[in-house]
Amino acid sequence: MSALTFTLKHKPDQRVDMSPLVCDKLADMPLAEIAALTLQNGKRKIRVDELFSIAGSDAQNIVIKGSFDKLDFIGKELDGGRITVEGDAGAYLGLGMKSGEIEVSGDVGIYAACEMKKGFLKINGNAGDFLGAALPGNKMGMKGGTILVKGNVGERAGDHMRRGNILVEGNAGDYCGSRMTAGTIAVMGQTGRYLGFAMRRGTLLLWNQPQASARFNDCGAHTLAFLPILFASFKKLNSKFADSSAAFNRVQRYAGDMSEMGRGEVLVKIG
Amino acid sequence: MIINGVAIDATFAEAFPMKATRAIITAQNEKWAMISAQAMTGFATSVIACGCEAGIERVLDPSETPDGRPGVSIMIFAMGGKGLAKQLETRAGQCVLTSPTSALFAGIDGGTRIALGKNLRYFGDGFQVAKLIDGKRYWRIPVMDGEFLAEATTGQVEAIGGGNFLVLAESQPQALAACEAAIEEMRKIPNVIMPFPGGVVRSGSKVGSKYAALGASTNDAFCPTLKGMTKTDLSPEIESVMEIVIDGLTKEDIDKAMRVGIQAVCDLGAANGIKRISAGNYGGKLGPFHFHLQEIMA
Repeated sequence: MSALTFTLKHKPDQRVDMSPLVCDKLADMPLAEIAALTLQNGKRKIRVDELFSIAGSDAQNIVIKGSFDKLDFIGKELDGGRITVEGDAGAYLGLGMKSGEIEVSGDVGIYAACEMKKGFLKINGNAGDFLGAALPGNKMGMKGGTILVKGNVGERAGDHMRRGNILVEGNAGDYCGSRMTAGTIAVMGQTGRYLGFAMRRGTLLLWNQPQASARFNDCGAHTLAFLPILFASFKKLNSKFADSSAAFNRVQRYAGDMSEMGRGEVLVKIG
Repeated sequence: MIINGVAIDATFAEAFPMKATRAIITAQNEKWAMISAQAMTGFATSVIACGCEAGIERVLDPSETPDGRPGVSIMIFAMGGKGLAKQLETRAGQCVLTSPTSALFAGIDGGTRIALGKNLRYFGDGFQVAKLIDGKRYWRIPVMDGEFLAEATTGQVEAIGGGNFLVLAESQPQALAACEAAIEEMRKIPNVIMPFPGGVVRSGSKVGSKYAALGASTNDAFCPTLKGMTKTDLSPEIESVMEIVIDGLTKEDIDKAMRVGIQAVCDLGAANGIKRISAGNYGGKLGPFHFHLQEIMA
């Protein structure tokens, strides 16, 4: 069976809600029915086949071709299966996804993987603000799974994060790990200002020294036994994180945010 | 059946169902992993008074351990799941948590999950940190030498305890040498432990006693000094009897361990004073697992 492929016919002016096009919702649905589904496009509703040409039949393996930054809610609450996005994705990519995989070849907008529960999200370009965060007003961000970003991430990555891994090969914007409750964010590049702002628990694993902050206290240099196990879990990824040369277990440990409960940690690679 | 001059009795070892678990202890080097493992499996020769039977299964190469450090695999057997969980937790807390540079991991992935580091985390007094990595939860507990890393749970599985055989020799040194040779071979078999000191027990017991308070007492039929005063099972030339007890995850594991052990004893043979191999049983009425010596050696 070939992948169920949606190829964009034209770029609409208004944003499109792509949430009906997820694997579990399209399983066993004939192509004609899929074509007749409606998508919210700005303030009007349009048929799927008005926007996409459709081919293939394997709803467990969806491909969106010609995607661009106004296609929102791709893979919303995805529960199994795989979605491949060729191009960029809009806001709320993988919102509340429960399991399965999403891969995007380009950049993604704000709130990608926000309130994600499980599964794997790979972004080959850059991610916008609030990656893996909580929706505005909510208290719990990402609760599990892994996000891998090959490029850079915007501000507030992992805001209110509760569990899981966010792996960033590039740089992270300001307020990375803000209000984190637990989980791990690893950043190979540079981090911005206000790292770990109001962080309660959780780990920020950094390759480069962040800007000094009065809210984090230096706990000294340590060799931590869990790091080799954490890096071993990255081995299966097609990423710089899988390189054995990227792994380390010697870190400078900073505890914070001391203006909050202060059980979080920033671990910075030594040497 | 006679192998190299050693008579194999037409009898069987009688064994019982038990619950078992395995844990992996790692440390900065093999020396400290072994020290911790020895402490954790200490005073665990028999469920009769120790609460469990425990032993070192084998030394692990760094490539076999979760954190890539030298390690030791230990197994604990108990009569019930509750008792096993309690023994595991107490021993892990007092013998591994306390041991310098140690870390503690699950040795069985399946089975019923029982606490390994799950409750030890409270030693961290609120400073402990949980990490969920590849579906496994680990606890990082701050301690004075750095951080104690312990996997939250390990697996508990059905197992068998009490496989055994007796080595009957013309002298005490010869009985011990034969048992040492057997243990050396048996330690190469996975999924089994020999819980007694050095793997060998010199005080095999029978059920019951003349003293009402005691449930077990010396196996007088196999005590060489009583040959003239009890219903003995020993011929005149036997001067010493030693026993090897085996606990294992499956009947096949115990079969295999008994086979290599008995073979090692028989390889020394009659020329080294080994006269007979026998086994301990209760007439087959108590334990559902029977290990027939002649079938194992056939």
